[in-house]
Amino acid sequence: MTYFHQAIVWLNDPLNWTNPGGILDALRTHLVISGLALLIACGIALPIGIWFGHVGRGGGLVVAFSNGTRAIPTYALLAVIYVAGIAGIGAASAVPALAIFGIPPILANAYTGIREVDPEVDDAARGMGMSGLQRLSRVELPLALPYIAAGIRTAAVQIVATATLAALVAGGGLGDIIYAGFGLTIAQGGGQILAGGLLVAILALLVNGVLGIVVRFVTPKPLRARKRRRRRTAAVATEAGV
Amino acid sequence: MSFLGSPALAFQPSAPNPWFSWHYIQQNADQILTDTRFHFITTIEAVALAMVVAIPLAVLCYWVRPLGAPILALSGVLYTIPSLALFAFLAPFVGIGVTTILIGLVIYALLLVIQNTLTGLQQVPEEVRDAARGMGYGRFGMLWHVELPLALPGIITGIRLATVSTVALLTVGVIVGQGGLGQLIFSGLHTNLNRAAIATGAILCVALGLLLDIAIALIGRLVTPWARRRAAS
Repeated sequence: MTYFHQAIVWLNDPLNWTNPGGILDALRTHLVISGLALLIACGIALPIGIWFGHVGRGGGLVVAFSNGTRAIPTYALLAVIYVAGIAGIGAASAVPALAIFGIPPILANAYTGIREVDPEVDDAARGMGMSGLQRLSRVELPLALPYIAAGIRTAAVQIVATATLAALVAGGGLGDIIYAGFGLTIAQGGGQILAGGLLVAILALLVNGVLGIVVRFVTPKPLRARKRRRRRTAAVATEAGV
Repeated sequence: MSFLGSPALAFQPSAPNPWFSWHYIQQNADQILTDTRFHFITTIEAVALAMVVAIPLAVLCYWVRPLGAPILALSGVLYTIPSLALFAFLAPFVGIGVTTILIGLVIYALLLVIQNTLTGLQQVPEEVRDAARGMGYGRFGMLWHVELPLALPGIITGIRLATVSTVALLTVGVIVGQGGLGQLIFSGLHTNLNRAAIATGAILCVALGLLLDIAIALIGRLVTPWARRRAAS
């Protein structure tokens, strides 16, 4: 119970929030590197996934990529990119690694979403004289939107969660609080470790919850009845968290 | 407890710092072997424990429908919690050691095994169950002789996913000094950014994950000979 007590005391100290390198600073860094990584992941994965889905090819590649990245430890990739020095030093060096781990869910869901469009709907669009690009932008994309949004949500949660590990390599983000706590030894820093863990967990669950609402919001009303099916696809694509 | 110093940022561009070095491997062969063995054994332990907990839970979800949603939802929430945070929750109470890591890894592996086992069980055709019932199988007999064997492909998939992600996740154990091959990466980061140490740890880690994945897939083929026969015919 004492560690819980220490954690609450630590969280109640306003200086721990406002100090340079405090909670607010760490949160800002955490969100900035996560946001950048998500943007990059979307920029790479969306066009490829949508195009593969549209032409109906590359499914094997999508699966191979997500299976391949699963075997790469986040910590290892963070360390390799940091030491290679291609992304500078400091918290920013975590961005490429985080982006790579954000790609698979976006890619898989964009591909599946476009592929899942009823072929008869596509045929009807063709019959109305729509060109390939018109079909993509006016028929396939709107229908695939729920899938795509679910993929981005999964990726965002995963990126926010993995951004914690930036603390183990170059520093930065909410993981710093946990890392610093461990540096103080458990007896001294137990409360801080617990407080840091709490903040990180709450942030991950919050991002998951808020984006869940956003996904529902961007889903056109007539498509919401198919919620169950979409959930299942999202769950398959979920490899998140860690 | 000074094993977590601040990362050494002193970078000496003049010193040779290759990504791969026989010299490094020869000098540190003992350490590399010890870390690899630890990584292997801990992964097997975590996945085995996860199976022992997850497969009965999946059967429970399968038998008692209303339990399914809450158990899956709970393990889903646990899965959303970042690994570092989970280790942070455990360390003050469980201490610095392999137990903390093991508990964390088992929790993450749970979801994957439960989900896939449940999917496998749910894919058993109703006619097969009917036939088994007609042959006089009871609930447990049917589970053991009919449903679980037919769900094996799903169970194997779950174990493979759990194993690969456990191998990757174990590296985060460096936070309590129990990261297996992650310790090589850790020491590389903390000794003048030694690239050889980092690359060796990273490559061995990926290789271990892929090898275990292939090994379990082969075991899966051996224990489901009927699936192979069907594919061949």
